[in-house]
Amino acid sequence: MAEPQTSQRTPLHALHLRRGGKMVPFAGYDMPVQYAAGVLKEHLHTRTAAGLFDVSHMGQVQIAGDDPAAALESVVVGDLRSLAPGEMRYTLFTNQQGGILDDLMVTNAGDHLFVVVNAACKDQDITLMQAGLAGRAEVVPLPDRALIALQGPKAAAALGALAPDIDGLFFLQGAAMPVDGVACFVTRSGYTGEDGFEVSAPADHAEALAEKLLDHPDVEPVGLGARDSLRLEAGLCLYGHDIDETTSPVEASLLWTIPKHRREAGGFPGVEAILGQIEAGVARKRVGLRPEGKAPAREGTEIADGDGRVIGTVTSGGFGPSVGGPVAMGYVETAFAKPETSVNLLVRGTPRPAVVTRMPFVAPGYRRAD
Amino acid sequence: MSGIKYSPDHEWIRIDGDVATCGISNHAQEQLGDIVYVELPSVGQALKAKDQFAVVESVKAASEVYTPASGTVTEVNEALADEPTLVNQSPTENGWFMKIKLDDASELDPLMDEAAYNTFVEGLD
Repeated sequence: MAEPQTSQRTPLHALHLRRGGKMVPFAGYDMPVQYAAGVLKEHLHTRTAAGLFDVSHMGQVQIAGDDPAAALESVVVGDLRSLAPGEMRYTLFTNQQGGILDDLMVTNAGDHLFVVVNAACKDQDITLMQAGLAGRAEVVPLPDRALIALQGPKAAAALGALAPDIDGLFFLQGAAMPVDGVACFVTRSGYTGEDGFEVSAPADHAEALAEKLLDHPDVEPVGLGARDSLRLEAGLCLYGHDIDETTSPVEASLLWTIPKHRREAGGFPGVEAILGQIEAGVARKRVGLRPEGKAPAREGTEIADGDGRVIGTVTSGGFGPSVGGPVAMGYVETAFAKPETSVNLLVRGTPRPAVVTRMPFVAPGYRRAD
Repeated sequence: MSGIKYSPDHEWIRIDGDVATCGISNHAQEQLGDIVYVELPSVGQALKAKDQFAVVESVKAASEVYTPASGTVTEVNEALADEPTLVNQSPTENGWFMKIKLDDASELDPLMDEAAYNTFVEGLD
């Protein structure tokens, strides 16, 4: 039974119902957690063929002005000024304490920046950008666009049939281009660890476009359940779980998002706190965890050392269908953060051995420029 | 299928002499989706009716499973360790969870037979 109309709907809502989507509330939207195939099959299909995801609930925003990159840098940690036209980057909004307010993707779209933020933080992020960039750049939300992700080794062939220009895109590049004749903005990026694309399309063309892609024999619809297991295997953070206002980029092992010149020049919220952490070290670090047995360890599971002393918490965990076993991500005291360190996960009170491990858990399939 | 009884929590129990076999219903496995792990009790464990005796994990979540009757665990389904999907494929046969020696077979009397359970499931949602 679909969620009553207090939930918002994406432009693909009718498509989800038609294709047997099991609908659940997510970030204020009525979204498919899975279709008839189920989470396991949808996950595996994405890594062997092509999965189509509705991510229209996420926030799409344009930043325009004389120097939108310089303006947006005032609220994010990353280097946006050196993004060449067509290049995109992962970055973070931070607060004065150096905590992470959201993670986002920013693309230099030529005459503006194209920004994608998490659905759960959409309103706050737009407010944050409008306040922070006031007078320097225009922050224009794009509520009439859908966002369709197509991910997997066969995604390029399927999308290429409708958009031959994708052949010019490598990983983390984007461009405006027609997709089946409709003006879209396409990036070669995603949240699965596979080669794939995100297509920003006008809302009133989205359903037809999605159906056209689903007509391709290699393409199947994939819900939020598999989206989560795919990103976990790829070692990607989920805001609100693996990163939040209480985690700094240093603790979250995301210091790579803050280039040296930005650490030196500052100009983003929390720079002092973050520099202090770089100097003094941090008490905890985000790591990957691989339980040795078969029992999954889920968010909230305590992590203990060999003597049973609690040294951390799991922030994301579950079964990895491609790994064929449980995988998890969490924070541990810095002394335990080295890969190969043995820890115990207290699953339902019983200590289960696990190993701290590097992420991703599966090898990425990105199309990189050599 | 004669002799099978169901609890309102979607567990089934089937008697063979004074040993009963338990598992989760087809409706339960459908609701859970692909099962990736089953935590089973120990042989010899004593259970009272409605005690939690197992945990079933799907990709997304863990669910508790409760025993429809009191007894002592005599056997657990070792096949589920390597093939948890047996529960999805054959929930009331090969996907059985445990066998227990019943304390009191009359505890099964108030449970639903197959027809009553099917009606009960149809009335849900």
